[in-house]
Amino acid sequence: MTTKSQELLNWIDDRFPLTSTWKAHLSEYYAPKNFNFWYFFGSLALLVLVIQILTGIFLVMHYKPDASLNASGIPVAFASVEYIMREVPGGWLIRYLHSTGASAFFIVVYLHMFRGLLYGSYRKPRELIWIFGTLIFLALMAEAFMGYLLPWGQMSFWGAQVIVNLFSAIPVIGPDLSVVIRGDFVVSDATLNRFFSFHVIAVPLVLIGLVLAHIVALHEVGSNNPDGVEIKKKKDANGIPLDGIPFHPYYTVKDIVGVVGFLIFFTAIVFFAPEGGGYFLEYNNFIPADPLKTPPHIAPVWYFTPFYSILRAVTYPLFGIDAKFWGVVAMGAAVVIIAFLPWLDRSPVKSIRYKGGLFKGVLAVFVVSFFILGYLGVLPPTPGRTLVAQICSVIYFAFFLAMPWYSKLDQCKPEPDRVTFK
Amino acid sequence: MTISVIKTLKRLAAAALFAPTLALAAGAVLHLDKAPVSKDQASLQAGAKTFVNYCMNCHSASFVRYNTLTQIGLTEQEIRDNLMFTGERIGDLMKVSASTKEQKAWFGATPPDLTLIARQRASEFGSGADWLYTYLRQFYRDPNRPTGWNNKVFENVGMPHVLWELQGEQIAKVSEHDGVKSIELELAKPGKLSAQEYDKTVADLVSFLVWMGEPVAEKRKTIGVVVLIFLAGLFALTFALKKNYWKDIH
Repeated sequence: MTTKSQELLNWIDDRFPLTSTWKAHLSEYYAPKNFNFWYFFGSLALLVLVIQILTGIFLVMHYKPDASLNASGIPVAFASVEYIMREVPGGWLIRYLHSTGASAFFIVVYLHMFRGLLYGSYRKPRELIWIFGTLIFLALMAEAFMGYLLPWGQMSFWGAQVIVNLFSAIPVIGPDLSVVIRGDFVVSDATLNRFFSFHVIAVPLVLIGLVLAHIVALHEVGSNNPDGVEIKKKKDANGIPLDGIPFHPYYTVKDIVGVVGFLIFFTAIVFFAPEGGGYFLEYNNFIPADPLKTPPHIAPVWYFTPFYSILRAVTYPLFGIDAKFWGVVAMGAAVVIIAFLPWLDRSPVKSIRYKGGLFKGVLAVFVVSFFILGYLGVLPPTPGRTLVAQICSVIYFAFFLAMPWYSKLDQCKPEPDRVTFK
Repeated sequence: MTISVIKTLKRLAAAALFAPTLALAAGAVLHLDKAPVSKDQASLQAGAKTFVNYCMNCHSASFVRYNTLTQIGLTEQEIRDNLMFTGERIGDLMKVSASTKEQKAWFGATPPDLTLIARQRASEFGSGADWLYTYLRQFYRDPNRPTGWNNKVFENVGMPHVLWELQGEQIAKVSEHDGVKSIELELAKPGKLSAQEYDKTVADLVSFLVWMGEPVAEKRKTIGVVVLIFLAGLFALTFALKKNYWKDIH
């Protein structure tokens, strides 16, 4: 470095922790050297967040949250989306990046969470990282739900109607609460405007704050790895973990490969199948919202369907309260219970590599049930489907609630002293 | 003990895998003909002409401007001469001259805007084009309907058969097999066009509706190819970079 730029850096460092922050989080943050494929999804989630924020900024420049009808009898909000798709230069690309980004966000985050399950990334001392992560997942669901109302198509409108109505099932405060959420007695212009406000300001702020907390907590304790052994237990004379490598440049160059690999899949969808077969952009949502015409079948977007299935699976009223309320409770519990994993898992080892057949079997059943719940959530309910959804919901909760027992019973293999590499 | 538990779990997983097939079934099935969608400019132009002459008397395409049709190979002069009748300007949106209120008073409902119809009508039974192609060919005479027309795909449809002069009049032969009602259509009175000519006219119209649903679709795919080729090259480069950096890690 030339003396001039060194002087400038010193000047800044005297006033702002630039070099020390760079070192602490990148060039001298030691990550285990044995990260595998599953470890791409954290950085990819961050990438998708950036894509959503950048494309979102440009969409807000042209989008109008207005439910009133224009001269052709089309809601202004719906028409403004088509205006972006047809008349704003490059608008179609920005919009498809954003709509595909929503689905990509959930794909990446689900895989990121599954990585945590596989390698016990939630175990001590990473409980707070896991809790922040669950909160990110919750915030993401709120963000996606409110964003979905904005195009003001039939599914936007009726999906919001169905979900907000669920809150009215809560005893005593329910009816008033649902009015507060909508800002009206039905989903209307007031709802559209407050969802817009939450979607572009409130929830993204919370999301960014949580992501920061997630990463700061991670860098405090250090990353887990596919072997689930702590690299900080074996250090060299300089106090550097023997199996650790500086995040920069090693993982920056590796994550760039992941980023480009992800972008190949992502852009393939954006450019060749932006509707995602009706799952990323639902066909009914190309019809403008009509409060007088209820669609015969209202399905949430695919990333909500496992939890929506759990909601619908509850069909018995309890303690004189409507089954709908208990469905809402079950759906909420299905998300919140994820945060308790650090205290439910009593296995002597962290990683699936050293866990026994019992845990692997239970995990396989859990994953299959989760997929079935997701599949059933897309379809209209029948008595047969509801029964299957009920069985799968019980399996979903049993995976968590029975974990203290089966994780102890499991016949684990001994963990190695150090990570395995190559 | 553990072994038997694992066996039970394996059985459970297998049962769970097959559950969706059981859960499926039921629900009405729509049989749609595969639409021969064309990207050929002559077809799109013929479709545009049918659209303006027959559909746009009642239906608007209010997200499309007349001069957007230059993208299907027409000049502005050709558009003015052949497709514009009521003194609009070339940059105007393709709206109907009647207001939505008047239409509501005349028809009881405002005929829907058709800009996005090909994207709206997609379903698990087929693409939106398939639905439109089947729908426009399956009108039949029904004296019980106020318009005198019914449709096999869209039962009790509000719209009369606007293209009847071209297709002619079909009648329905209803038969029952094991309690399942099925309708066979038969051409009772031929129209101006032969069956093949009519199918071609509808295919061109549907192709135009598909184009109108997303005029950028073809350009999108072209750009996509370039983007993917670029990313493939970038992938090779970044992969080599990673390999080089990591060669000392053992």
